[in-house]
Amino acid sequence: MIDSATLWTVIIGLGVGSFLLRFTFLGFVGDRPLPPWLLRHLRYTAVAILPALVAPLVVYSGENGSTDISRVLAAVATMGVGMWTRNVFAAIGAGAATLFVMVYLL
Amino acid sequence: MPITTTKSAFWAGVRDGAPFILVAGPFALLFGVLATEAGLNVFEVMTFSLVVIAGAAQFTALQVLENDAPTVVVILSALAVNLRVAMYSAALTPYLGKAPLWQRVFAAYLLVDQSYALSHAKFEAAPELSVPQRMAYYFGTCLLVMIFWFGMSYLGAALGTQLPQDLPLDFALPIAFLSMVAPMVRTLPHLIAAVVAVVVGLLAVSVPYSLGLIIAGSAGMMAGAQAELMLKGRGA
Repeated sequence: MIDSATLWTVIIGLGVGSFLLRFTFLGFVGDRPLPPWLLRHLRYTAVAILPALVAPLVVYSGENGSTDISRVLAAVATMGVGMWTRNVFAAIGAGAATLFVMVYLL
Repeated sequence: MPITTTKSAFWAGVRDGAPFILVAGPFALLFGVLATEAGLNVFEVMTFSLVVIAGAAQFTALQVLENDAPTVVVILSALAVNLRVAMYSAALTPYLGKAPLWQRVFAAYLLVDQSYALSHAKFEAAPELSVPQRMAYYFGTCLLVMIFWFGMSYLGAALGTQLPQDLPLDFALPIAFLSMVAPMVRTLPHLIAAVVAVVVGLLAVSVPYSLGLIIAGSAGMMAGAQAELMLKGRGA
């Protein structure tokens, strides 16, 4: 259960923080160029942080931190079809179908 | 049809943005459902979606909250996921930087993957557009996406408690994230960033305060940036 005070702190903190991320350049920096090293790192934020978040959820997906083979296969199917088709819906469909079939079979 | 007025620019944006409700809608619905499952009420879900407007960051916050991480780590982790909007902001600034401040405030609030991607492509392709026309186009791309974002968040929150208990919803979030990431892995440095982040993420899973995510994400970013530099150095 998520504590209400914590939740509201997160909502407000994340709201203010997200706005500042979005406003910094448009609002304060104007059209001055950004250092290339900064842009180079920002390019890889999504492809680094999202997989890092998902990896433990996939590998320790079973009871008491064991590995659940259905969920691993569903993750592999989502990633594989997503990289192959570049289509978000095809990836979700492949992952969900794999998960349902495996849960049903096992 | 060429854009001749501010009004026609707005409607061109609305038209171009329409297909993206198919992407924003389902993620908003899923957020509503998962947040309700995690114990949030409808008011909390809607405020969350209204204040933050960032699917991936909202999912991350929800996940890290459920791990009982300290509040500051929850916020930092979700902001790290959202760092890319700073890059979008930087990329749009040459085109919108001269607009009035109040417009830039609203534009910043509405800056999401879709509004950035559509507008940046449009501004590059049509350099003759005036600043007010660009702003109108930009707000046009946001209109339907935002209506669906809030509407579907609400629907998800309303449905959340009525879904059958045996659905494997615990895994909806990993599948949603992987489906967002997979199409972004376009180059070798992207792949290296993702692989390094996964390996470090698994090794750092027991680091206290859920800081493993931030460590792994930073490692992946540095690996990607470094790989890009090395490939460029070799003239690839």
